[in-house]
This record gives sequence, C-alpha cells and structure tokens, in this order.
Amino acid sequence: MAAVTPVLEAAPRSLAPAGRRRVRLWRGLALGLAAVYFLLPLATSFWFTAYNERQGFSLAPYPRIVSAEGFGASMLLSLGLAVATIVVTLGLTLPATLAVRLGAPRLRPVLEVVCTLPLVVPPITFVSGIGTVLRFGPDALAATPFWGTLMAIQDERFPVVLVLAYVVLALPFAHRSLDAGLRAIDVRTLVEAARGLGASWPYVLLRVIVPNLRSAITGAAFLTLALVFGEYTVAALLGYRTFPVWIVTVAGSEGQLSVAVSLLSLLIIWLLSLALSGAGVERRRSS
Amino acid sequence: MTAGVEFRGLRRVFGRTVALDGLDLTVRPGELMALLGPSGCGKTTALRCVAGFEHPDEGAVIVDGEDVTRRPANRRDTGMVFQSYSLFPNLNVRDNVAFGLRVRKVPAAKRHARAAELLELVGLPTHGERYPHELSGGQQQRVALARALAPEPRVLLLDEPLSALDAKVRLTLREEIRRLQLDLGITTVFVTHDQEEALSVADRVAVMREGRLEQCAPPAEVYDRPATPFVAEFVGTMNHLPGRLSGREVTVLGLRLPVEGPLPATPEVDVLARPEAVLLSPDPEGEGLVVASSFRGSSARLRVRLGDLEMLSDVPGHDTARLAPGTRVGVGLVRRPVLVAGRADAP
Repeated sequence: MAAVTPVLEAAPRSLAPAGRRRVRLWRGLALGLAAVYFLLPLATSFWFTAYNERQGFSLAPYPRIVSAEGFGASMLLSLGLAVATIVVTLGLTLPATLAVRLGAPRLRPVLEVVCTLPLVVPPITFVSGIGTVLRFGPDALAATPFWGTLMAIQDERFPVVLVLAYVVLALPFAHRSLDAGLRAIDVRTLVEAARGLGASWPYVLLRVIVPNLRSAITGAAFLTLALVFGEYTVAALLGYRTFPVWIVTVAGSEGQLSVAVSLLSLLIIWLLSLALSGAGVERRRSS
Repeated sequence: MTAGVEFRGLRRVFGRTVALDGLDLTVRPGELMALLGPSGCGKTTALRCVAGFEHPDEGAVIVDGEDVTRRPANRRDTGMVFQSYSLFPNLNVRDNVAFGLRVRKVPAAKRHARAAELLELVGLPTHGERYPHELSGGQQQRVALARALAPEPRVLLLDEPLSALDAKVRLTLREEIRRLQLDLGITTVFVTHDQEEALSVADRVAVMREGRLEQCAPPAEVYDRPATPFVAEFVGTMNHLPGRLSGREVTVLGLRLPVEGPLPATPEVDVLARPEAVLLSPDPEGEGLVVASSFRGSSARLRVRLGDLEMLSDVPGHDTARLAPGTRVGVGLVRRPVLVAGRADAP
C-alpha cells in the first residue's frame, strides 16, 4: 500500500518592491564604498603624475619610463624571477598537496602549518637569516664543492637565492589556492579512474589533475606573480635591483616618474593576470 | 579476452579494523559475481584489491592464473566503474571513453571509432561532444561503463555503480549492465549492498560478513537455501518462529521439520522462515488473525498475529479478497528443511 506523504510547499521567495529597493540601495552603497577605497588612490596617483603647476596637465612622465635608466633591466629581472618562482612553487606544492591528500590525509594539518609559517615570520627576520647564511657560508663552505653553488645562486644577473626566498614567501598563497582547487574535485576517484585505465603517475598529473585544477593553478600563479612584483624587503636588503627596488630608487630623484612606474607596473601585472586567465579559458575550450 | 579472478586468503587491516579476514573466492571466466554484504563487510576493499588501489597485508589476487597482488593499478588491465561519477570534467564524452586507448597510444582515428562503437553500445551515440556536466547521473554512469570497456579489459569491476541513481534509472541500467556483460562475456565483479540488485543480475552471489565469505552460490540457492542464519537474515525477509530442537529436527507451529545448517547449543530456537513459506488458509476456527495487508500486484504481503507472535506471509495477489484484514486463518509452513538460530530472547 502506498502512502502519500504530504509535502509542504515552499513559499515563493520574492521581495516586496520596497524591500527590493532597499537591497539595491545597500548593494550600490557597498559597491560605491569599495570603488572609492580602490579607485581613489589610483586616480589621485594618476593626477599626481599628470599635473604640475608649471606645465599643467601632461602625460610626459609615461614615455620617459621606457627610456629611464634601469627600467628594462629591472623589469626583465623581475619577470624572470616571477616565472622561475611560479614554476618552482607549483612544482613543489602541487605534488606535495596531492600526495598528502591521496596518501597521507592525516598530514594535511602539518603541511598547512608548514605552508603558513612564512606568513608568521616577518620578512625582515627572514632576510636577516638569509643574509647571515650568505655572509658566513663562503667561509664555512670554502673547502667544499658547495662554495661554487653558494656563489652561483647569488649571481647578480639572475639571483637564484631570490627565487628560493620568493618560493618560501609564495608557499601560503600557492598552497591555499591549490588545496581549495583539490577540494572542489573528487581527486581520489579521478586519479583511480585514470590509473585503472592504464595511466602512469606523470600522465595522471599532467593530463588529469592539472587540467582540472587550471583555475587553482592560475590563481596560485597570479598571487606568486603579484608577490614577486611587489616584494621589496628581501631584494633590497640582499642588494639586488628588482623592479620594486628600482621604483623606490627612482622615487628618491623623480617623484612623478616613480608613481607613473607604479601605476604602469599595476597595469602590467593586471594584463599578465588577464593573459594567464585567458590562456586557461582558451585551453579548456580547445581540450 | 576474459579471465578468471581468484582471491586467495586476502587479509587487509586498517588500524584496528579488519576489512578482509582471509577471503577465499573464485570468479569464473565470463561470470558476473556479485559481492553482497552490509556496509563495512569488506566487499569494496576486496574489489579494490583486484583493481590495485589497495594492497592486501596477506594473501594473493590471481587474475587469469597470474599473481597480480603487487602489480601497480595501471598494469592490471581491469576496467572499473565507481560509485561516484568519475568522468574527467575537462574532457568531452568521446575523449573520456577514449582515455584508456589514448594512454595505450592507439591512433586517434582508431580510438575515436572505438569510442563511437562503445557509445552506441551504451545507448548514447549522439552524446560524444558533450561534457560530463551536461549529462544526467544515469548517462554519466553509462559513459563510465563505456570508458571502462573501451580498452577491452580482462576484468570489469563495478563498485556500487547504481547507488547514486534514482530507482527507475537504477533498474534500467542494471539490466543494461547485465545485457552488455552477457554480450561481451566479460568477467565482472559487482559490489553492492542491495540484495535485489545482486540477486537479479549475478550468475553467483558472494555474501560477505566482517571480511569473510559466508556463502557463494547462484541467486536462487542463496535465497532458498541460505548457508547460515546471517545470509538468511541479510538476503530477503525472514520470520523468526519459536521452535524446539530434538536431534536434527525442530517442532514449530505443531509441525516437525528437518533442520539444515549449523545447530545452536540450546534446544529453544528461532526457526527462520521466508514469508512465502508461511501458508495461510481461511478458517473461522483458526488461531491466526490477518491484521494488515499490503498489495504488491502479483502478490500481497500479509501481517498475521498468532497469539503473541507476529509473522509475515506472502500470498498470490488474487487471494487478498479472501484473506482481508480481520480474517481468521490457519497457519502452516511449507514442508522442507529449515534453518534455525539461537533464540534471540533466550537467557
């Protein structure tokens, strides 16, 4: 015998016109406040670069950026460091996060704590530690083959030591982004399905995990890129002239130019981020 | 190519939980074996040991005469369909089905042709360009089945593939799985906790309990001649009728019936009887009283009170009029050997 269970019908969820107006008002207010908070400093910065009392409104500082001494070299250095940092960070965190999730879920809190440590340690403490090692390292390693390595990682043309430092600083952001991405998919089942179909571990990683974590990986790459282009303390104290260090140097002599460069770097990072995100979407469409 | 599968003394322990406790079982080539049991009985662990996703602490998994116990999952040549939808979200249906072939470096034209063939077989010939999120649950499981079959594995492993689907789709898909399995003649191990599912599709059913095999037999035998009280309880519905043992006979409802299976230590026992083994006849002087009736089309299930005792009886649908609730009835049992268990309320 079949029994009919009464089903309570949900009340239609609609708001009265007055309620809708109130919601719109609050929404507009919140958006307006956020816009003021973010856009006002940018607008005033732009005004500072484009107006002075003698010449009035002029965009002259912007063309000067490209010809400014040190701009190209520092920009290229920071771009190179960003690419290397992104590759190393993803190369470390993706397999580690995946391995912990699949093979040792109990170690997840440990990995989380390790990856969060760089947020707790102040950059000045971090860099003074690195500085100490670099100062005393050559003496301690003089008689060993590691002396050459220690010298090589400090090469001014491409200071690998900065990549290593940036990887540590980027860990919390990269790990968070990848962990959130892995939580959003049933990674165990996907891995097992691929393995059962004959895929090797590298194949699983490159053809199954990476494509399904594209937005998380892109997010981690954005954050790392932004970190490298915004990090000043470590590079300055170790004596390297990265893009942020160059901006600060220029700011001392040419105020308008340095602010114009800051705005330009913001624009560049934004464009790079868009390009990364666009590449992700394109690949997904064509896969 | 199809192969037999053998579980030899499999033991797997997770912390303090013994998932498999010396499982011995043989699946014949081309057979569909259902592993049936309650949650935690070890059936999925056994299946995962064949797939290579779990490695037994002791024992061996033999496929087609080869010991594959330590072989990695990607070299076992098995196809698996999972409980949760496991399609690769970044690939369309055709590429999902062709995934195993791509791994094996089969040329694109050949693997696309094979994918189309498999999609035709599972009834989704026009869905090749769709993405998993555009499919229903039933369609996703069909694609998963096609994907598992595409590389022509030696063994097909089904880990509760229907449990996430609604009742109607479940019914259709299980029939299709059976049709495909018979057409292809592929050795299949089907894990389920749904007895109806197991009994309806399998050649043989292996009932498991606490990591061990309780009984492995064709569905009709598991149902009609359960080897142990646990199997009797787990598969189908059972009445517990008080009886008294003497030797290998038991007296129940005034009848003396032979006993099969293990004997409890005490003479006061519960006789286990299926509802269809309880016979009712309308009798104004009868001691039984029909108290409820549930019509099921070709049959009806009646609830009968006999003194303090309540029991269920299945009768043909056309008998419901003369056995309506309130009718007094005489109660008997089909004369055949019965299983007995220690009395539940015995001291």
